[in-house]
Amino acid sequence: MSEAKPLGGRIFTLPFLFGVLILLIALFFLAKRFIYGLGPVTGMNDGFPWGLWIAFDVNVGTAFACGGYAMAILIYIFNKGEFSPLLKPAILTSMFGYILGGVSVGIDIGRYWQMYNIFLPKYMNIHSAMLEVALCIATYCLILVIEFSPAVLKRFKLKNIEQKLNRVLFVFVALGLLLPTMHQSSLGTLVVLAGSKLSPLWWTKLLPLLFLFSAILLGYAIVVFETSITSVAFHNQKELKLLNKISNIVVWLVPIFLIIRLQQVIAQGALDQIFQGDLIGNVFLMENILLIISLFFLVPSQNRKNPKTVFWGAFFVMLGTAMYRFNAYITGYSPAGGNWHYFPSTPEVMITLGIVTIEILGYLTLVKLFPVLALPTKKEKAA
Amino acid sequence: MQHNDFEKVKESLGGISRRDFIKFCSVVAAGMSLPLSAGKDIANAVTNPNRPPVIWLSGQGCTGCTESLLRPSTHFTLESLLLNLISLEYNETLNAGAGHQAENHKKKMVDKYTGKFVLVVEGAVPTKDGGIYCQIAGRPFQEILKETAEKAGAIIAIGSCASWGGLVKSDPNPTGAKGAPEVLKGKTVVTVPGCPPNPYNFLSTVAHYITYNKLPAIDQKGRPKFAYRRLIHEDCPRRPHFDAGRFAESFGDEGHQKGYCLYKLGCKGPVTYNNCSLKHFNDVGTWPVNTGAPCFGCSEEDVGFDIPKFREADLTKESIITPSATPAGIHYDQGSGFSAGAAALAGAAVGAAAGAGAVTVKHMKSNPNEDDE
Amino acid sequence: MEMKRRNFLKTALGGGLVLATGTAGANSASASTQEHMPPNAVGILYDSNLCIGCQACMTACKEANDMPPEFTGQQTTWDSPIDLSAKTLNVIKMHKQGKQLNFIKRQCMHCLEPACVNACPVSALQKDKRTGIVTYNKDACIGCRYCQIACPYNIPKFEWDKPFPQIQKCQLCDHLLKQGDYPACCSSCPTGASLFGPVKDLKKEAERRLHMKPGKAYEFPVNRVEKDKTVTHKAKNYVQHIYGAEELGGSQCMVLAGTDFQNLGLPDLRDRSYVSDLHDISKGLYKYMLYPVAAFAGLLYLVKRNEDKEDE
Repeated sequence: MSEAKPLGGRIFTLPFLFGVLILLIALFFLAKRFIYGLGPVTGMNDGFPWGLWIAFDVNVGTAFACGGYAMAILIYIFNKGEFSPLLKPAILTSMFGYILGGVSVGIDIGRYWQMYNIFLPKYMNIHSAMLEVALCIATYCLILVIEFSPAVLKRFKLKNIEQKLNRVLFVFVALGLLLPTMHQSSLGTLVVLAGSKLSPLWWTKLLPLLFLFSAILLGYAIVVFETSITSVAFHNQKELKLLNKISNIVVWLVPIFLIIRLQQVIAQGALDQIFQGDLIGNVFLMENILLIISLFFLVPSQNRKNPKTVFWGAFFVMLGTAMYRFNAYITGYSPAGGNWHYFPSTPEVMITLGIVTIEILGYLTLVKLFPVLALPTKKEKAA
Repeated sequence: MQHNDFEKVKESLGGISRRDFIKFCSVVAAGMSLPLSAGKDIANAVTNPNRPPVIWLSGQGCTGCTESLLRPSTHFTLESLLLNLISLEYNETLNAGAGHQAENHKKKMVDKYTGKFVLVVEGAVPTKDGGIYCQIAGRPFQEILKETAEKAGAIIAIGSCASWGGLVKSDPNPTGAKGAPEVLKGKTVVTVPGCPPNPYNFLSTVAHYITYNKLPAIDQKGRPKFAYRRLIHEDCPRRPHFDAGRFAESFGDEGHQKGYCLYKLGCKGPVTYNNCSLKHFNDVGTWPVNTGAPCFGCSEEDVGFDIPKFREADLTKESIITPSATPAGIHYDQGSGFSAGAAALAGAAVGAAAGAGAVTVKHMKSNPNEDDE
Repeated sequence: MEMKRRNFLKTALGGGLVLATGTAGANSASASTQEHMPPNAVGILYDSNLCIGCQACMTACKEANDMPPEFTGQQTTWDSPIDLSAKTLNVIKMHKQGKQLNFIKRQCMHCLEPACVNACPVSALQKDKRTGIVTYNKDACIGCRYCQIACPYNIPKFEWDKPFPQIQKCQLCDHLLKQGDYPACCSSCPTGASLFGPVKDLKKEAERRLHMKPGKAYEFPVNRVEKDKTVTHKAKNYVQHIYGAEELGGSQCMVLAGTDFQNLGLPDLRDRSYVSDLHDISKGLYKYMLYPVAAFAGLLYLVKRNEDKEDE
């Protein structure tokens, strides 16, 4: 196994500068948000108080950031050490994804200057699923930073601290397995409380389980997606073999997820709503069709040996699962009273794109500066 | 009220009966929201030979306020009532004497009743250039006012000009005209604004002071609450038309002829505190709105002589919470609609991801197992 | 999330037995309503049959709570909200059925099992232990708007157009109650449509109305349910249901009407609250934090063991 090394190379490439441009536009709208309030800048309203930022940036975004979690399950619980090279980049993506998910929350909440209230015992409401999500994610961000720190410490050659850290790392790894289990399922619990406002096509008391499932699914899918792109971009495709093995897991997870979902819909007597032709029925069909398409790519065993079909399979898993989580928060939600409409505004989407851009730019910068990817550097290849 | 005391004034009141006189005082009491029994107290006080006198100073005024006091005639000659009962010792319009004689009399009364007399101010006070734009007996009015106010028992500013500057103060205000309260800072000045105000508002205030030796309850601007606590809009007889959305759109149109609300013609009732809609004028129940003329807020500072007469009143100014005549329906479409820009951006992002994926796949080797780096 | 050491040891020992009783079954609706009813629960009984749509309650509410007029809809001359909002805590809405006009008053229902109270991570929304009023504390609030998602009636509204926003909702004029007064909407209602009082008395009054003969004249209390001030009305036909008595565990504000409640915009809700669903989930998973702690212990073991194997 080759060791992880900083990739080196220029940071300020053309794509990087394009990303900076997007970032600047996003920052402009962000300033507007803080000066004028949420109403003038977003499409959110009293009927749809949660919009793109919560439903996508936090809800889907942290699930995309479950790569580290998904890989940790494989490596540390099922003892599949061969996946180790995929762990560090997954942890890096996770770290960015979760921290930026937290930043998205900070941008979205109305009384952000009191955000620290969630840490104050006098205010904590232990019955609130939202509190669980907030504290758990906050703690997990810390864990991820600690898990990533060996790469930083290596680069700065802080051997002493590194050794001490490695001795207790297993505690943090264990936490890193427990915490996402808790908060990813709690993200599902959040919308259980929406009750009759959430269509029975999504609402079920098993929402925590389904959200946990979808988080793990998305974790694997994002690892495949990201590793494929970085491997090809940085000219070393050796790790694609590992991705094929991951697809063997995904191909089982998707049908189980679909079956549980369908069973719950039938149990609530809502099967006919799927084919009503309205928005809710149609997006339900779409999200499940996307997952079924992924199965077309993944079920045939020779497809799972081919990185191309593995990639597309993972891509459709990403789309379908992300859509599922988004729909459970927004599209399937009908507020009581009145005909409410929501569509994200352009500034709202720009800010989300800005956050995604930070993730991408940050990832690129850190893999170039720190030993994250186990790929030969350009120098070594030339040799 | 002593029988003798009433007899003394009976002559000058044009032979009014004692009963009618007490009735009149009861009406004055009711106008101030005092119990009817207070009428007797008022009758006693105003016929008391030891009642304090009134010194009436005139500044930059048109004397309309004095005139308005002389108008009510349905009861008896109020002129006589005022002059005799309220013991008006100095008023430039009504003085019997003139010149030095009048000024000396004023000085005598002021000195004799120091701390007890009622000072009434009519007209605004010019302050520019040392206040030379209004001088009486060779002295600036500003000076006279301040000097007299020091010795007064109570100060009442009658009319908008004396209350806050009125017409005189409107732009460009070349003389630096100000209302009496602004010139007499630190002193309690009761203001009875209006152009002119309803004479009963003034009369009742004075009667209250003479009867109870204290002023009626006043608001932050010094206006007696019994007359200026509510907006004209709150007691307007045309209010149902406002609530139901029936407006006169132009002078003489059908709505105007039917007596609909004059809000759209610029009526400032919604932003003016006064009791014109209740008390009316001239004892014959007439007031501007009644005649089809929109109120222009003559008694309200920053409204009268400031906001153009036919501009619609700002209903949010006094937080008028008038619900519309018809409640809202059950369901409405609310919230943001489809945004093409946002959809385009989101589509572009997903497209970019798919594109990156396609490029990646193109460069992939189908069987990485062959690779053995 | 804080656990005393003593509790942890206790529960660690008694673990298995406790786990068996994890998921609670559903209680019968009226039993749970009783167990959640605060001792001095007060509320509002709104009778749509008595309401004439005068909207005095809307004006009174605005003045009592210092709220500005709201100009939505086409009119800009009158306070004319089309719905509850950050500026309107109480609204009268109208349903037309041919020539028949039915009115409905919407404000916070002050539920017995408030979803918003359960939802709020920082306890900004709290249910008073004695009066049962659901109050809002902006000093705790972080503006996450989960309460808006949770409320089945869509009551909490947010100040979208302010850079420093807060949630707005009816608090049953709690500030007036503290001074010995009572909600402004009830004190200004001329017909007795909005009635304030202890919930049990309101329920009795509501039952009395459901048994009235349509067309016959009866005495109806005005402002407060104690019958010291009454008016006489001819009873109208009532839909035989007290809306809010059982819905989602019951609420302290209830509605009577002469037409289907859904015509008036009131959602059709089940008797069991979604808060109890959450309790089932959390009891199953988080009771005494047993599962998480056990899981953590297991994970520690697994990870350490696999790490050591790797080092060998």
